[in-house]
Amino acid sequence: MNAPLLNAPLFPAAVGAADTPLLIAEGLTRYYGARLGCGDVNLTLHPGEVLAIVGESGSGKSTLLGLLSTELAPSAGRVLYRMRDGATRDLEALTEGERRLLLRTDWGFVRQHAEQGLRMAVSAGGNVGERLMAVGERHYGRIRAEAIDWLGRVEIAAERIDDDPRTFSGGMRQRLQIARNLVTRPRLVFMDEPTGGLDVSVQARLLDLIRQLVAEFGLAVVIVTHDLAVARLLSHRIMVMKSGHVIEEGLTDQVLDDPREPYTQLLVSSVLMP
Amino acid sequence: MTAETVTTPAPNGAEPPAIRYNFAYLDEQTKRMIRRAILKAIAIPGYQVPFAGREMPMPYGWGTGGVQVTAAILGACDVLKVIDQGSDDTTNAVAIRSFFETTAGVATTTRTADATVIQTRHRIPETPLKAGQVLVFQVPIPEPLRFLEPRETETRRLHGLGDYGLIHVKLYEDIARHGHIATTYAYPVTVNGRYVMDPSPIPKFDNPKMHMSPALQLFGAGREKRIYAVPPFTPVVPLDFEDHPFAVQHFAEPCALCGGQGVYLDEVILDDAGGRMFVCSDTDYCATRQGEGHTGRMSAPYAAPPATAATGAEPPIAASGSGDRP
Repeated sequence: MNAPLLNAPLFPAAVGAADTPLLIAEGLTRYYGARLGCGDVNLTLHPGEVLAIVGESGSGKSTLLGLLSTELAPSAGRVLYRMRDGATRDLEALTEGERRLLLRTDWGFVRQHAEQGLRMAVSAGGNVGERLMAVGERHYGRIRAEAIDWLGRVEIAAERIDDDPRTFSGGMRQRLQIARNLVTRPRLVFMDEPTGGLDVSVQARLLDLIRQLVAEFGLAVVIVTHDLAVARLLSHRIMVMKSGHVIEEGLTDQVLDDPREPYTQLLVSSVLMP
Repeated sequence: MTAETVTTPAPNGAEPPAIRYNFAYLDEQTKRMIRRAILKAIAIPGYQVPFAGREMPMPYGWGTGGVQVTAAILGACDVLKVIDQGSDDTTNAVAIRSFFETTAGVATTTRTADATVIQTRHRIPETPLKAGQVLVFQVPIPEPLRFLEPRETETRRLHGLGDYGLIHVKLYEDIARHGHIATTYAYPVTVNGRYVMDPSPIPKFDNPKMHMSPALQLFGAGREKRIYAVPPFTPVVPLDFEDHPFAVQHFAEPCALCGGQGVYLDEVILDDAGGRMFVCSDTDYCATRQGEGHTGRMSAPYAAPPATAATGAEPPIAASGSGDRP
């Protein structure tokens, strides 16, 4: 692999050890015409930290995720990211080429609908190998070995490597998406409702896998979910959004066990207990 | 190249000409516009230059792009050769050749060595090209990323950033499914170390001929309205993997008519009992060799036919050439 980014240390220090934040958002605001999508959001994310953004539909969670991942341009505010060379840079100042390289090496994006995050007409191996080829890997045997290794890590049988994701179940597709994203050892992964539309036992396995990979690679994760159980299981910190604004944030246990805002109290009390 | 007018010769030579065309059909302003696009294309090897393609008196898919490029570069003293899949005498080649005979009055030839401008559909002649010759390709789909990325805005961005990982995904899929790179025509190439280019649907057999060719190579896509070019002596490198390097097709037997080897052969089915022959796809090359006295297995006059052939029991000839041909 010839990309300079990949030659930097792969595993960031554990939580707490790195004092410099990985990702900083300052006053992020996005308007859709006259309507507010997301207003004046500030956050910092440290290496290895998992941040959950919760809230009901239309509260601006996905807009915020889009802004953080540079898929949307902010109306105001900025996002800073600490590159692998240690320099913290304003993402808007990156060139298109640098931004794309960042997206496919140091970042990952796991989407709710696997069809949006995968190439459905390309085999599982091709899906996993795409990032490697994009950063210059030109050896078929090595790409394939890496793909088989990653399919194993996400519990997909190696013999399915040449099947395309259309033949995969929903849970397998999500796991394939994760493998495809993690193959370049990113430091930051965005997840948009990764467990949406999966039945509970499959959800549980997927969450288990995500938790294990997060710990193994020291990933920093921003996860958007409306499922508070997912937030409790995965995240260290939580941000509650309503009508485009962050109304409450803190440690996950603290916010979920002792919600301060009436809206958060409503959210927490709305969870059904079987 | 002056703005002279060429008149259609009347059938019996006595009647006044019915239609008067500008030299090479297109008007001078259009030719200027196309030449500008060609100059830009030569300046940026492999880059697809948009141009205001005109309606030509033939359907899209019949070489409208190539014809416009040829019309723009043709001069009164040029000698034109037109081939279609290597052949000088198929419909497309005959029609385009007579089109320029009528509208430009230029000399035409079938001999590769004598031509100054060669318009081609899907082949590069076997006879090596010389400096000063221009090869004009007819291109159906100029975008090598088209079937991987449908959005034109996105493919242009990918070209701009030199972001070509996607095309290797396609080659990866080929190897995963077939055990080797199964793309046999329109095989993507990197031009001058920068742009990835679709060489038009020539067999990959012809790709090495593009590399460092002394001739100028121009590509015209009429429907998509794009022109691109490979200037003389420009490196043209096919994409591949380190452990699956690019390789051309090989044929197990020589041409049945001229005995030529190391050339691209067409398979011709002779009967419904498995009889077939392989002949040069380049008719000029084959005819030249036959004129020099070379013969193949089925050259006329036939040698006394073996007894098995008379009964139709001759075993089919094995050939390792890929059946997937443009």
